[in-house]
Amino acid sequence: MSTDQQRESGLIITPEGLAFAGHQLSRASLDACIKCTICETQCPVAAVTPLFSGPKFVGPQAERFRNGESVDHSLDYCSSCGTCTLVCPEGVQIAELNSQARAVMKAKKMPLRDRLIGQTTLMGKVMTPVAPIAQAALNNKPIRVAMEAMLGVHRDAPMPPPQSQSFEAWFRKRPRPTEPAPRGAVVFFHGCAGGYFEVETSKQSVEVLEHLGFEVLVPKQGCCGLAQQSNGLFGGATKSVLKLCDDLRSAGTDLTIISASGSCTGMLKHEAHEIMGVDDERLRDVGTRIRDIMEFLLDLHEAGELPTDFAQTELTVPYHAPCQLKSQGMGKPALEVLKLIPGLTVIDSNQACCGIAGTYGLKKEKYEVAQAVGQPLFDMVKATNSELALCDTETCRWQIEKSSGVRTEHPIWMIHHAYGLS
Amino acid sequence: MRRLTVDVVVIGGGSTGAGVIRDVAMRGYRAVLVERADLGQGTTGRFHGLLHSGGRYVVSDPESARECAAENAILTRIQAGAIESTGGYFVTCPGDDPGFAEQFLAGAKASGVQAREVGVAEALRNEPRLNPGILRAIEVADGAVDGWQLVWGAANSAREYGAEILTYHQVTKIETANGQVRAVHCRDLKGDQDVQINCDFVLNCAGAWAGQIATMAGAHPVEVVAGRGIMIAMNHRLTNRVLNRLVYPTDGDILVPAHTVSIIGTTDVLAHDPDDLEIPSAEVQQLLDAGEVLIPGFRDTRALHAWAGVRPLIKDDRVGAADTRHMSRGMAVIDHTLRDDLEGMLTIGGGKLTTYRLMAEHIVDKMCRKRGETRPCRTAEEEVPKAGAGHSHRVTDRLAAREADRADDQLVCECELVSRKMFVDALVAQPQASFDDLRRQLRLGMGPCQGGFCTLRATGIAVSEGNLDAERATELLRLFLANRWIGLWPILHGQQVRQAALDSWIFQGTLDVEHLPNPEVAVTR
Repeated sequence: MSTDQQRESGLIITPEGLAFAGHQLSRASLDACIKCTICETQCPVAAVTPLFSGPKFVGPQAERFRNGESVDHSLDYCSSCGTCTLVCPEGVQIAELNSQARAVMKAKKMPLRDRLIGQTTLMGKVMTPVAPIAQAALNNKPIRVAMEAMLGVHRDAPMPPPQSQSFEAWFRKRPRPTEPAPRGAVVFFHGCAGGYFEVETSKQSVEVLEHLGFEVLVPKQGCCGLAQQSNGLFGGATKSVLKLCDDLRSAGTDLTIISASGSCTGMLKHEAHEIMGVDDERLRDVGTRIRDIMEFLLDLHEAGELPTDFAQTELTVPYHAPCQLKSQGMGKPALEVLKLIPGLTVIDSNQACCGIAGTYGLKKEKYEVAQAVGQPLFDMVKATNSELALCDTETCRWQIEKSSGVRTEHPIWMIHHAYGLS
Repeated sequence: MRRLTVDVVVIGGGSTGAGVIRDVAMRGYRAVLVERADLGQGTTGRFHGLLHSGGRYVVSDPESARECAAENAILTRIQAGAIESTGGYFVTCPGDDPGFAEQFLAGAKASGVQAREVGVAEALRNEPRLNPGILRAIEVADGAVDGWQLVWGAANSAREYGAEILTYHQVTKIETANGQVRAVHCRDLKGDQDVQINCDFVLNCAGAWAGQIATMAGAHPVEVVAGRGIMIAMNHRLTNRVLNRLVYPTDGDILVPAHTVSIIGTTDVLAHDPDDLEIPSAEVQQLLDAGEVLIPGFRDTRALHAWAGVRPLIKDDRVGAADTRHMSRGMAVIDHTLRDDLEGMLTIGGGKLTTYRLMAEHIVDKMCRKRGETRPCRTAEEEVPKAGAGHSHRVTDRLAAREADRADDQLVCECELVSRKMFVDALVAQPQASFDDLRRQLRLGMGPCQGGFCTLRATGIAVSEGNLDAERATELLRLFLANRWIGLWPILHGQQVRQAALDSWIFQGTLDVEHLPNPEVAVTR
């Protein structure tokens, strides 16, 4: 590998392997594998395609045959959903091993597409000023066919919905809240999708927090680097995540950081450290202060500090907990909080994955796999409520909405309604 | 009774015997090799997998060092399929004398062993798990060698030159007349028949058992001093290079990345019976401690299996009989003509796996001289069959092979990535093989689960291929598991206990294998 390639991937690859502490830890964890096969039975990808050899094979088994080289290219069919690590009763970092092996493989040959779709902030910045045109382009069949041919982004894959105003612009221009904030300040982390595409979710989150009596600070902030990480670009992702930590810390020390971007929160809480081996005080600080917004509301409730004057809402909705939310090891806080809304019945999808896994399901060669992974979920959603579904992360919502035809919102949408803020 | 007539009978199917049968066959002799068990079942299969650069001996035994360096280069060329050129480091660990490095470098220069001091930072960058407290590091050309691939490679080469390899043939008698070897009598243990092999020369390559063989021919006792050493395989490669402590040779000073595992070796204790080798827990603890010196956290990594091997050292009056570590590792050929008035037999002892080809050359040269013939040795020039196109086997090779065929083939051993085709092909080549015989060639059952998942698959496939009836299948399954347990008991701690518990529930809790019907005669091979 050339020095340039190394710089881009952010990996130090000696003939002996990945030279960073995160990999040493993941590799050491393979010793705990007893081949029980639980990960294989739960892997949503292996269940639908023989193209992927399964988490036990690619993780603890194949890792014993790697010396810094990834010769098993089919490992790229892993969607990085993290289900394997979550279900492993022995504590093997299966998904982490796979992501690291993929980064090594791609360090040698990185497709242009994978480089581009990691640039989530750039996509938002480019599309927002020209939202109607971008929207039209993303819905235009010939353009999508051309994108598929040139970039390898599948013509039918869900695309982010361009918005004409970014969250940041809204936050800056809106009238300042006049109510006092008796509960003090919190920091809001919106993420790229929440900044440019899922602007409504971010607005609603801020409004709910302010309704609860918090002052919401929104420092200028960049990308967490997750999309780059999942595409094996560890160098760029590390730079992004540390820059973001600086951004979020600039709003004040010791403040709780709240986010409605479930997957980006996971990146800050554990993935940047466990997958990429980022070992930095700034990341540790942010990682321990950050809360998923539904997790935060549940914490308030458990402390007896969440008003439950929710409006009666006679509705049955399906709820899908995203993989990257589950892998944060906090259960499914949205389910607990939504239970407080009188009349509302929330049905847990109990499905492993919607298939999209960030950028996985966009890719030409993975689209069909991702659709097959998500099919049981799409069926469940349609059968439960043909008009509304709930899910915590952006790309999963786009996937569910596109593939099931059912409008899909963040759980905060429901809270926002039930507090009478909508 | 089966009768054969050849020029030379080679006794012993370890590396020495395999090297010798190849050499005699290539020199045009009609030859047979007899081995009481499987090839490489003795010392050859019970070492740490190190292909010496010679570095280990540059101070203590320069002649061995020189031979190792030369043979390392030759074997890497002619038996590439058995070797991974990993490179190695000699490192001064905290508390070791940093000055020894000077003696080492001087010795290396004098004996022609490649050695280059590298910076500590470079060594740590290349081997992140290496003890960060090391004081010096010297790079050498160590490698990893698969002893079984090595002997089978040599044996297959010998077959191409017309030699016959008779495994599971136990020598019962060496017939002599008028002070001349006439025949070797064997029992074919699997075919259940007697075999008489008429010959006029016997090359005794029985290693630690060479004394017993010499006695069968009526020779005076050959004193082979058996130095027992134990080794432990850890679950995955902790380093990709061989690590050696930069000290005068001592116990637990070598860590070898052999295939998928790291092997720590070894101890050295006088053994009285090469067929009864214990693995004392004190020595296991000693090796784990030694590993901790090279790799901090070594004790927390998973130990898979332990084994004991026995060095066949020829007694040397210069050192005490109990001090086997410091006996010459050099080879010795015993000529029975003068010593025992016996024509037609040579015994070889000592040496090491790395120099097995050279040992063969020496003893066969000597035989040619005694026979008054000039037949030059060619084993260093010609590659063994299937050595591959000049590259050595690498740890990634099997993963790449399964990547290519996994969609079309079943995986039998998940840990060591043995496919059904690999297993069936080996079974066809050795229809009477036990699963341990196949294991030695395929690494079946040698990974983390130690046969927990592959044994059932292998047994089922062998039955469905028509190789076994149900009764023998049951017995072979139990024998394989029992043999795995020999190496599990001594190291059963930490994470391997969880595995053993799961395996035990599978075989005893669920399948109740110990209560399957027993045959009238127990199957032992």
